[in-house]
Amino acid sequence: MDAIIQTEKLSHIYSTGTPFEHAALVDVDFTAYRGEYLGIIGRTGSGKSTLIQHLNGLLKPTSGRVLFAGQDIWGSKERTRQTRFQVGLVFQYPEYQLFEETVYKDIAFGPGNMGLDQGEIDRRVRDAAAFVGLPDSVLEQSPFELSGGQKRRVAIAGVIAMEPAVLVLDEPTAGLDPVGVESILRNIHDYHTAKNATIILVSHSMEEVARSVDRLVVVSGGRLPFSGTPREVFAHGDELEALGLGVPQVTRVFHRLRAMGVDIDPSVYTIPQAREAVRDFLRRKGAV
Amino acid sequence: MALRDITLGQYFPGNTAVHRLDPRTKLLCTILYIVALFLARGPVGYAVLFLVLAASTAVAKIRPAALLRGMRPVLFIIVLTALLNIFYTPGTVLWQWNFLRITVEGLWSAFFMVLRFSFLISCTFLLTYTTSPIMLTDGLEKLLGPLKRIHVPVHELSMIMSIALRFIPTLIEETDKIMSAQKARGADFDSGNLFQKAKALVPLLVPLFISAFRRADELAVAMECRCYHGGEGRTRLRQLHFRGTDIAALLFFCALAAAIWALGTLGL
Repeated sequence: MDAIIQTEKLSHIYSTGTPFEHAALVDVDFTAYRGEYLGIIGRTGSGKSTLIQHLNGLLKPTSGRVLFAGQDIWGSKERTRQTRFQVGLVFQYPEYQLFEETVYKDIAFGPGNMGLDQGEIDRRVRDAAAFVGLPDSVLEQSPFELSGGQKRRVAIAGVIAMEPAVLVLDEPTAGLDPVGVESILRNIHDYHTAKNATIILVSHSMEEVARSVDRLVVVSGGRLPFSGTPREVFAHGDELEALGLGVPQVTRVFHRLRAMGVDIDPSVYTIPQAREAVRDFLRRKGAV
Repeated sequence: MALRDITLGQYFPGNTAVHRLDPRTKLLCTILYIVALFLARGPVGYAVLFLVLAASTAVAKIRPAALLRGMRPVLFIIVLTALLNIFYTPGTVLWQWNFLRITVEGLWSAFFMVLRFSFLISCTFLLTYTTSPIMLTDGLEKLLGPLKRIHVPVHELSMIMSIALRFIPTLIEETDKIMSAQKARGADFDSGNLFQKAKALVPLLVPLFISAFRRADELAVAMECRCYHGGEGRTRLRQLHFRGTDIAALLFFCALAAAIWALGTLGL
């Protein structure tokens, strides 16, 4: 596969030379491939937020390199700036960054900074709003009049409007109700398939990550101990538990069944897979 | 430089003799030291003051580099004052070109002015490096307590101050976060002329003000929920006590101020 973002021996140390000195990342080699849906999981303070802020050049590595499409993003000032438009980053609780008078103007902020012409900006704003399911009537409202969930959609649309090749989202569903979580995840998936964009989803919820992503990277203590398909990563159930992460509940149930001596496939991590595994088990027992 | 590296009023936790002093002692000692600074007249006085500052820094285990970093924002003022002193002090002329004139007295007074400024800033930084903001406002409230008799709202003022101090790091962090978020959307805070730079701040300031107001509102509700109603009859978790070391430190700094004054009258 074709790598779109790569880090080589990336380290980042905060507050160098003070008593608060703290190494957030240590020699991290991270790769995201073109068009994949990648999940990053880790506990609070594991370094995952620091890692993603390196991907679009918001943080400068203390040592090591960050490559976008094979080129060092710190090669020149212009390249760093261009990388910001190519790698869209949606922060945690992005609704707090809204500032314009109308939703339309706020979504247009990113494309406007790219120096696009008015017609192109208009198309992108309307496209982005459609992706996150904002009706046209909302566009002329003030973003501060909207509900929390709507504000979040506006903020995500503001990044999507730049049509980045890589869309990084830090806990995009934090603090939303189950319906809101579902629809945001669906919006992200729609963008992924429509634009063939690379998606990097940061989360600490195993369930959420497990059913969306093609590949998983685990961050812990500023390093990446595991990566692979969800199936491969969740096979390290005990080690994940030791890192304070755990596996999806359904996986845990199946691991327990296995430990109790039930001959069942323990590598499931979604409900449909679990249904299949149970069916398969019953079929073999001749019960169905 | 990331915003989080700003050291304004930052506290370096520690457990040295200086950290353990009562905040009132540290406040009074700092004031006495500053008084001594303004009484100093000659090289001997400044040498003594330097030794005291260096010794306190060493005892507090604060790295000198941290004190120097605190000086950076006022470097411009220090340099400007020094230049004014060099060129505008009358006395024995060393060098002259048109209206510019350097005198021996000017060089001396510029040199002392730089020392005075740096010691002044260093000693206040030493105070905030070794005293947590909460302790500092507690100390201040206690020290200003007598003013309550003439109806100065001492408790309210110190509460305002502790809230302000408490929220400086929070707001800095918030600024950092919003700035990153807007940069991720291609905002450019560094280039352009003054007008463009001011305009670039709108996407930063609007969310920052909104969040500050939200926080203020939430804090007010949280305080009311816990029945906060001002200073009347309020007891404290941390009682401040003067101990032997506090008395010793105060006596030492009183002696220091007196000694510097005595040296000053002798012109040393």
